[in-house]
Amino acid sequence: MSTHATNGAADSEKKPAAARAASKSAQGAPDIPNRVDALPQRKPGPIVAAIIVAIFAAQFIHMLVTNENLEWGVVWTYLFNEHVLSGVGWTLILTVASMLIAIVLAILLAVMRKSSNVVLRGVSWFYIWFFRGTPVYTQLVFWGLISVLIPKLSIGIPFGPEFWTWDTADVFTAGRAAVIGLALNEAAYLAEIVRAGLEAVDPGQREAAQALGMGPGLIMRRIILPQAMRIIIPPTGNEVIGMLKTTSLVLAVPFTLELQYVTNSLANRVYKPIPLLIVAALWYLVITSILMFLQSKLEKHFGKGFDIRGEVEQIGPSDSTEAKRSEASAEDRNDVLMTGLNA
Amino acid sequence: MVTNDKAQSTTPSASDGERPAIDIRSVHKAFGSLHVLKGVSMQVMPGTVTVVLGPSGSGKSTLLRMINQLETVSGGEIYVNGELQGFKHEMHRGVDRLRCLSDKEVAAQRSRIGMVFQRFNLFPHKTVLENVMEALVHVKHMSKDEAKAEAIADLKRVGMDNRLNHYPSELSGGQQQRVAIARAIAMHPQIMLFDEPTSALDPELVGEVLGVIRGLADDGMTMVVVTHEIGFAREVADQVVFMDGGVVVEKGGPEIIDNPSNPRFKSFLDSVL
Repeated sequence: MSTHATNGAADSEKKPAAARAASKSAQGAPDIPNRVDALPQRKPGPIVAAIIVAIFAAQFIHMLVTNENLEWGVVWTYLFNEHVLSGVGWTLILTVASMLIAIVLAILLAVMRKSSNVVLRGVSWFYIWFFRGTPVYTQLVFWGLISVLIPKLSIGIPFGPEFWTWDTADVFTAGRAAVIGLALNEAAYLAEIVRAGLEAVDPGQREAAQALGMGPGLIMRRIILPQAMRIIIPPTGNEVIGMLKTTSLVLAVPFTLELQYVTNSLANRVYKPIPLLIVAALWYLVITSILMFLQSKLEKHFGKGFDIRGEVEQIGPSDSTEAKRSEASAEDRNDVLMTGLNA
Repeated sequence: MVTNDKAQSTTPSASDGERPAIDIRSVHKAFGSLHVLKGVSMQVMPGTVTVVLGPSGSGKSTLLRMINQLETVSGGEIYVNGELQGFKHEMHRGVDRLRCLSDKEVAAQRSRIGMVFQRFNLFPHKTVLENVMEALVHVKHMSKDEAKAEAIADLKRVGMDNRLNHYPSELSGGQQQRVAIARAIAMHPQIMLFDEPTSALDPELVGEVLGVIRGLADDGMTMVVVTHEIGFAREVADQVVFMDGGVVVEKGGPEIIDNPSNPRFKSFLDSVL
């Protein structure tokens, strides 16, 4: 708007700017007698973009409102349908369960990959090569068919007597096969993310810990891994959101209770494909938004001690700052997620 | 396989009868085809300060890091308090061979030596207090309360007990280095190694760190300091070692700084002073 301002108009704009500066100094900014009070740069870009976007947005909203094929009434009817809600629940369970298994497995694989033990390095390499090298869909079909391949599972002495035996079909139910299939595949990708995180930690950190007489396991757990988390979390958040949508492939097992399958079968039953696609999309968006919020919380937690340059200016020898800090760190210690790593 | 551990071989006693705290015997180091140290020998007596001087690339930092086994020895031996570092003798098929120590044994040897780095290497995700407590709790297995009391005492010694709950990124370079010194001395090491402790500091912050190191020297700590601070060397050192090109060129008391006999040492001093 100020772009089109003439000199006269610019003068009238001067007052609010001065008022803003005054209110800033009231909040503790230093009192600068000759504070620069300049007009902003002329930037037509945002305004041009805003006009173009507004035109497209208006068209799109018009379509959403007037296009009868969208059938908002049907969307509303099925949005909180009990089958849909249970589908949302199952999708969440599949996502959370498979990601938790995958994260534990991935850290194990990454640490093995960096180990001085050549056999462990080889096993980790082979795992990642195999599970990253075959499609997740194929792997899910395989886990669905495992009871055909190996009908009985037993614990005993290898090539010797068996002590306990189960039917594979009882152990690998569709739900478990789906979680295992997703987790084992995801672990291979996550392991590479974790490895990159471990390698990004300054080698001086390991040396300092070694010089204090800390052993390799202790250094990994207490020094390297917590610092690597800061680097690992953003791409892992990405993987969680990816996993949320990959759960729609568990049809291959076949597992038929998750959101995508449920909405699809409802659509086929009532001949309303588009409204039910919208139902599924809305739910996926809601869950993704919640996951993004959780991710930003986690990033803040593991960024502790790193991104505080803004605070530095305020740090003085005053006791109140000291008290504030210890309070904050005491709060952090209550964090459930940190206890696992600190234990 | 015969795994007959021989008793820890000890250094023969020095000429004056006292055993050196550090005994470095014709040590070599090669990184691939790069021959960095070409037969370095020196002794550091208990309670003395040795300052190692030399141009960058002379191998002085590498030598220091080898004492603490951050680099492996390619040739020769290093003894700390008479104990061979990094290896033990073992009869293998009837032959006396060296066996690399286990991670645990290496960690035990390292815990007796404190080290301070050029770039501080404080743990950025831990507060000042947690940095000092970390190894006390997890290596020395002190209780949290004991470790805290010890850490606060050490931080007081370096004048940093008023920043206990700050993160390293909130401190100046000089303050970080003082915390790093407190972290090292908290382990009650027998020897302290300083690898260019003031080289990453702004000039006005050098004094506070040198002051802390001087205090440790006055308390009788055995120290090896790699530095470019000639004035500090003249004032604090019991022994000055000048290295160039991977060998010790000149070695003696602090008076050699004012009367260098070797022309390379002389030209180095001229360029630094």
